[in-house]
Amino acid sequence: MRPALRTTLFLAPATAWLLFMLVLPLLVVVLFSFGERGAAGGYVPAFTLDNYANLSARWTAFRNTILLAPLGTVLCLLIAYPLAYHLAIKADPRWRTILLILVIVPFWTSILIRSYAWIQILGGNGLPRLIAELGLGRPRLINTPFAVLVGIVYGYLPLMVFPIHVALEKIDRRLLEASADLGSPPWRTFLQITLPLSLAGVATGSMLVFILLMGEFLIPQILGGGKVFFVGNALVDLFLQSRNWPFGAAVAATLVLVMLVTVTIYLRAMKRLSGGRDDVSMM
Amino acid sequence: MDVQPIAELRAVTKRYGLVTAARGLNLTIRQGEFLSFLGPSGCGKTTALRMLAGFEQATEGEVLIDGRVVNGVPPHLRPVNMVFQQYALFPHMNVARNVGYGLDQRRPRPPAAEIAQEVGRALQMVRLAGFGDRRIWEMSGGQQQRVALARAIVNRPKILLLDEPMAALDKKLRHDMQIELKSLQRELGITFVLVTHDQEEALSMSDRVCIMNQGQIAQIGTPEDLYDRPQSRYVADFVGRSNFIPSRVVGMAGDRVRARGPQGLAFTARTPGPLAAGTEIVLSLRPEDVRIAPLGAPDGHPMRITHRIFLGEHTEYHLSSVAIGHLVAVVPRGADAAAHDLEVGAEVAALWRDGGPLALTKD
Repeated sequence: MRPALRTTLFLAPATAWLLFMLVLPLLVVVLFSFGERGAAGGYVPAFTLDNYANLSARWTAFRNTILLAPLGTVLCLLIAYPLAYHLAIKADPRWRTILLILVIVPFWTSILIRSYAWIQILGGNGLPRLIAELGLGRPRLINTPFAVLVGIVYGYLPLMVFPIHVALEKIDRRLLEASADLGSPPWRTFLQITLPLSLAGVATGSMLVFILLMGEFLIPQILGGGKVFFVGNALVDLFLQSRNWPFGAAVAATLVLVMLVTVTIYLRAMKRLSGGRDDVSMM
Repeated sequence: MDVQPIAELRAVTKRYGLVTAARGLNLTIRQGEFLSFLGPSGCGKTTALRMLAGFEQATEGEVLIDGRVVNGVPPHLRPVNMVFQQYALFPHMNVARNVGYGLDQRRPRPPAAEIAQEVGRALQMVRLAGFGDRRIWEMSGGQQQRVALARAIVNRPKILLLDEPMAALDKKLRHDMQIELKSLQRELGITFVLVTHDQEEALSMSDRVCIMNQGQIAQIGTPEDLYDRPQSRYVADFVGRSNFIPSRVVGMAGDRVRARGPQGLAFTARTPGPLAAGTEIVLSLRPEDVRIAPLGAPDGHPMRITHRIFLGEHTEYHLSSVAIGHLVAVVPRGADAAAHDLEVGAEVAALWRDGGPLALTKD
């Protein structure tokens, strides 16, 4: 068999999958977004820009998503990096595996159940009550952006920890010794050697968390209580409740566009930060 | 000549839990010398080097650098630099930034122009002028080794530590690098401390060699010293090769020792010091000190040739007899035509100078 033919054959399943599961649906979404809503919902072919003109009606959902998804990603990163650093560099190798397993243990239960648990913790009889009994007022936690962020960090932390851990673990310890040997104190060795060499993991983890967060709807639904909703919630509403498919398609297409732009800007920035190394920009 | 010591180990012991990696090391490293730690893996030579660098701290004893006790002083505050085994070059920096890294860490930071100038000079010294903008992965193994060397010497360390720097190079390149390293050391006047398991490398470059065995120093001396006057069977075996004949001391004859071999054969041997009659010893006899003559030669010991190995510049014979046992002799090419084309099975006489063998206490 000719090598070119063999390559084509090997790639055929993946190509077909991408075509039918990604490209085609995306085209359908774009097509629908220019259509009109039928009398009983659904889609009626047409060409109108009304759906896009009407996007501002869902501005709150976009605003929440665009603010809270990056913020959630940054929070995950700030908590995950020290954790991954400790696991990869500082922790006793004998304990490393056990500690890593502890990081993924929460994944063994459905996110749905775990988020319901947070309702109890953040709800009136949970933390707010404890704070009240300490005489520090009675803050409202559930159904606030804070609750959504807590849920996000809780749910997505392992996705950030693992890529960073892998990147840190790959770093040759002798590079850190060489840096110290050349007169660099530990904190500068971290900034000049460890951090730049782990940026690939930071980029991968951030991408993973950010992309998933942009489409998130479960956590805002449960912990935001319909008050803090994401574009994902708007889509559920438009497609399943009010059955306004064309408007929903316009919202979805806009979300994809926003994501493309943000991800591109982010990857450009990471590439510049890491001095033009390819392995970082490609994740 | 009494040269200023640049570093000292005083009764230094290093333990990792129950394992003792180095035990009671006493060593003075002289200003400007090329000293090698030589020994098999796990003998403690790398531990000794890492204690000088500051990566390991001595469990007991004192480490001094430039007259100052440095126990507990972290690596970044020690006036020494290291060339690592796999070079440990920073992959996210180009060659110039790697080389300038040490200067860049100084506080106050030297001006950029000054760093660039020093980096350029260091690269020139390792014959890599103009390679500053290259990425590390674009360089060959030999070039990476030079970058690592430049990165260390640019800081003008009091001591340059080299941890098996040539282990990853092929044989030809290694040989060139040995010569280059030695001339660089002369040029810079910096003290070099090298760790190696390659005896040829240690002997060819060093002013002094410190031979290590199981965490202890077996012997320190010039390469000639170690070869001609080993103090133990271990050193005689590790530096060059030798025939070992178990014997027992009969008595002293001046500064020589008289001994008898396993079958009562009499030997006269050199000895590092007087030995009491009856002491169990081994006689060390270098293969090149064994001569082969026709059977019946005066003072010759009759032996039979069991193997003949032609090695180009010399021929190696394996000899055997009941009185001596097994003996290896090396005959240089053109030395003695008659002793060159002997056949396996031939009966010959093996000869050595009086005092050719060296008496070593058994260890």
